[in-house]
Amino acid sequence: MTATLKPRKRLRLSTVMDHIVLTLGALFMLVPMLMVLQLSTVPDAEIIQRGPSLHIGDQLDDNFVKAMFEASGFSGKNTGVSMLMNSFILGIGFAVGKIILGMMAAYAIVYFRLRFATLAFWAIFTTLLLPLEVRILPSYEIVQSLGMLNTYQGLIIPLIASATATFFFRQFFMSVPEELVEAARIDGAGPVKFFIDILVPLSRTMIAAMFIIMFVYGWNQYLWPTMITTEEDMYTLVRGIKQIIQVFEGTNLPEYGRGNLLALIAVIPPVLIVVFFQSWFVKGLTESDK
Amino acid sequence: MKRALFSNIWLPVALLLPQLVIIAVFFYWPAGYAVQSSFYLQDPFGFGSTFVGAGNYQSLFRNNEYLKIANFTLWFTVIVTFFSLAIALILAVKADRVIRGAKTYRTLLMWVYAVAPPVAGFIAVIMFNQSWGPLTEFFALFGYRFQVGVNFNDTAFAMILTSIWKQVPVNFIFFLSGLQSIPRSVREAALIDNRSASGRFWTVTFPLLAPTGFFLLIINITYALFDTFGIVDTVVKGEPGNNPMTLVYKVYVDGFRGNDLGGSSAQSVVLMALVLALTFVQFRLVERRIHYT
Amino acid sequence: MAVVHFDAVQKVYPNGFEAVKPASFYIEDGEFVVLVGPSGCGKSTMLRMIAGLEEISNGVLQIGDRVVNDIDPADRDIAMVFQNYALYPHMSVRNNIGYGLKNRAVPRDVIAAKVDEAAKMLNLSDYLDRKPSQLSGGQRQRVAMGRAIVRDPALFLFDEPLSNLDAKLRNQMRIEIKALQRRLGVTSVYVTHDQVEAMTMADRIIVMNGGVIEQIGTPSEIYQSPASTFVASFMGAPPMNLLEVTRADTGLRLADQILPLDLPDTGAELILGIRPEDIIPDPNGPFSIMVDIVEELGAHRLLHGRLGDQSVTVHVPKDYTVAEGVLRFAMPIEVLSFFDAASGQRVSR
Repeated sequence: MTATLKPRKRLRLSTVMDHIVLTLGALFMLVPMLMVLQLSTVPDAEIIQRGPSLHIGDQLDDNFVKAMFEASGFSGKNTGVSMLMNSFILGIGFAVGKIILGMMAAYAIVYFRLRFATLAFWAIFTTLLLPLEVRILPSYEIVQSLGMLNTYQGLIIPLIASATATFFFRQFFMSVPEELVEAARIDGAGPVKFFIDILVPLSRTMIAAMFIIMFVYGWNQYLWPTMITTEEDMYTLVRGIKQIIQVFEGTNLPEYGRGNLLALIAVIPPVLIVVFFQSWFVKGLTESDK
Repeated sequence: MKRALFSNIWLPVALLLPQLVIIAVFFYWPAGYAVQSSFYLQDPFGFGSTFVGAGNYQSLFRNNEYLKIANFTLWFTVIVTFFSLAIALILAVKADRVIRGAKTYRTLLMWVYAVAPPVAGFIAVIMFNQSWGPLTEFFALFGYRFQVGVNFNDTAFAMILTSIWKQVPVNFIFFLSGLQSIPRSVREAALIDNRSASGRFWTVTFPLLAPTGFFLLIINITYALFDTFGIVDTVVKGEPGNNPMTLVYKVYVDGFRGNDLGGSSAQSVVLMALVLALTFVQFRLVERRIHYT
Repeated sequence: MAVVHFDAVQKVYPNGFEAVKPASFYIEDGEFVVLVGPSGCGKSTMLRMIAGLEEISNGVLQIGDRVVNDIDPADRDIAMVFQNYALYPHMSVRNNIGYGLKNRAVPRDVIAAKVDEAAKMLNLSDYLDRKPSQLSGGQRQRVAMGRAIVRDPALFLFDEPLSNLDAKLRNQMRIEIKALQRRLGVTSVYVTHDQVEAMTMADRIIVMNGGVIEQIGTPSEIYQSPASTFVASFMGAPPMNLLEVTRADTGLRLADQILPLDLPDTGAELILGIRPEDIIPDPNGPFSIMVDIVEELGAHRLLHGRLGDQSVTVHVPKDYTVAEGVLRFAMPIEVLSFFDAASGQRVSR
C-alpha cells in the first residue's frame, strides 16, 4: 500500500523503518527462546554465577540425556520421554477425537433434514460460549466420580466437549456447492458414500488445518491436566513445567540446564508444526473463527 | 441449510449422538452442577451441604479480597488486550508492506502462538530470576530492585509482559490476514484519493480492519480472562500468597485447594455470566454494525 | 429412451410459495425439450422435480411407464448436467465420469471401456488423468457431459449447462450438445434463460413465467405466433414490437392510420405485435417512424424510433441505407399478431 507515487528517497526511508520495526518485533519474540536454548547448553554452576550470556556451552547432550531419561518427581516415572509421549497422546488424541466428532456432527446438521436439528444445533453451539475454565471444578468432580482421574480418557474427552471443530466443519460444509450432493445422488451415492467418497476427500485441507490447530491446543493444555493427572507417569510436558519451577525454588543447586531443555522440548513439536504448515494453519485459524 | 438433503432418520442421529453425549456429560452436567452448587454451602470435610440461597454470592461480593482480585483482573485484561492488539497491528501493517523477507518476518512473528502459556511463564521466571535474570539486571541498572513473587506490582508486570508476548502472534496473524484481504482495487483507489499515508490508514485501512479488530477484542478479553491461567500459575510459582491473580485462578485456588465448592462455584457462575455478556456484545455489536460484505 | 408425462404436477414450498402451478404436458421419446423463462419462473424447479431432487407436491410424473414421484434420483435412470458442472474436484476426469457406474457395481473393465468411449466422443481422451481444476471451462463442460453419457440413461437433464461459458464457447458447445443428443437419440430436457439457446437447440420449447406454462411449441411456432405478450417479448432479440391500437369503424387505429382489419369485437382493448424484421421500409408506406438511433450490427441494422408516442424497433438489411429522421414503412397484415391488452393472451383472427 505504500506509495509508489512518492519520490524514491522517501520510499527508501519508510522501507528501512518498516524493516527496523519488524526486526525489533521479531527479536522481542525470539530472544527469550534463544535465551532458554543458551541456558540449556551451559553447566548449572555457570548459570548461577553469570546468568544467561552469549556463551554456547557443551552441556546440551548431557542435559538432553538428563531431561529425557531422568525423572524429576518422587515416583521416578515422569521422565522427559514419558512426558513427551503423554503430550503426543493428548495432542493427537484431542485433535483426532475432535475432528472425527466434529465432522460427524456437522455432517448430520448440514446434510440431513432433522426434526430436532435446531435443538441439536443450539445444544452444540452453546458450548462455544463457556470455556472449560469456568466449569473446571464440577468437571473435575464428574470425571472423578466416573473414575477417570489419571486416565487418558479423563484427560482428553472433557476437553473435546466443545463445538469449535463442529462449527468449523459446518461452515465449510455449507460452502460446498449443493450441486455436488445432487450430482452424487444422481450418481447413486447414498449419504455414507457421499461422506466418504466426496466430502471427506474434499475436506482434506480443512482437516489438516484443524488438526494443526487442535494438536497445538491439546498439547498446550495446562489447567485441566494439572487437575486430572496427579500421578507423575501421566504428566505431560506442559503440565510438568510447574514442577520444574517448584524444584528450582526448593533446591540449592537447581538443575537449570535440564529444566530449560525440558521447556524447550515442550515447545519444539507444536512450534515446528505451526511453522512448517504455516499456510494451512493460518487458513484454518482465520477462517474457523469467522 | 442445504436444499438437497438426505432423508434418513437414524443415520444423522447416530452421527450426532457421540458429540451430544460428550457435551451432555462434560458440558451441561458440570455447568448445571456449578450453578446448583453455587447455592449450597459444602461442608469442608465432605459431609453433606446446606442450601444457602444467594449466600455464596453475597459473601463473594462482600469479600474484599475477591473484589481486589476482580479489580486486578479488570486492569490486567485492559492492559494486556490493548498492548497485544496495538503491537500486533503495528507489526501487521509493516509486515503487509514489506516485500523483501515478508515470509521470514511472518514466521518469526507468529511461531510463539505455539508456545504453551505455562512455558511462557517459565521463561518469565528465568528472565526475572532474582539473582541473575537478565530483566532483573536491566531494572537494576536504573537502581530498581525487581522482585517477582514478592512485590505485587513487579509480579503483575511480569505477568502482563508475558501475557502480551504470548498473545501478539495471534493478533498479528489475524490482522495480517485482514489486511491482505482488503482488495487491491480499494487500496489503489485510496492511493489516488488520499495523498497522505497515515490519512489512508485511518480513513480506509483501519475501518476495513474494524471487523477483525472487534472480533479480536473479544478473543483477547477471553484470552486475558482464561487462557493466562498457565502464565499466572507459573509466574507465582504455584504460591498465590499475596501475589496478583486473576478471577479464574481464584476459582481454582478456592475450589481445588481451599475445598470451598460453594464459593468457587459461585465464582464460576459469575465468570459464566461474564462470558455470556461478552458473547452477547460480540453478536450485537460485531455481527450487526460492522459487516461490510 | 423414454417419454416423460406430467399430469397436473405442482410444486408448493412449505412456506406456501407455489413455484410451479399444476402443469400437464408430454415429452416424446428422443425429443429435445427446452424449458425457458426468466429467473424464478419455475423452470429449474420443474427440472429438479424430474430429477427427483425436489419433491413433487401434487400430481403424477411418469418417466417411461413408471410413476417416479417417490423414486430416488439414483433410481430414475436419468443423468444430469449442472450449471457449475458439479465435478468432484478431488477426482480425476476418469473417476468423475465413472463414479456413477462404480456406485452401480458395474464391473471395472466395463467402466473403463465406457469411460474411454465417452472420452473419445467428447475429445477428452488426453485429459482423463487430470483433475477438474486443470481443465478449461469448455473441457469441464465436456466432462460433465461425459458423466451423463456413460450412464446410458433414459433421460438427460440439463440445468443451464452453458451459462458459465464465454459467448464464443457457448455457441460451440450448443452445437456440440445438440449434435450429441441427435446421435444418441436420448430424450432430453434442457433448462435455460437464454432464448437463443432455446430457439436453436429445441425440438419443442416450453416457455414459463411465474410458475405457469405460457406456451408449448416448436421454435417457429413460438416465434411466429406467440401465445401471449410475455412470450412475444421474451422470445426473440430484439423482441416483438408491442403497440397499442384502438378500434375504429373500419378496422384498428394505429397512430394516425387505420388498419383495415376485421377482428371480432369483444370489447377488449387490443395490442398489436409485429416482429422488427416484418416492418418493411417503403417510401410510399402508410406509416412513418421517427428514427432516433441506428444500431449497426454488421449483418443488419436495427433502427430504434417512435411511432406516434410508442417506441418501435425495425430490423433492416445491411445494404439498406438509413439515416436518422423520418422513415416510412408498410406492415403486411398477415404477419401481425394481436393480444388482449388486459390478459396478454393471443387473440385469434
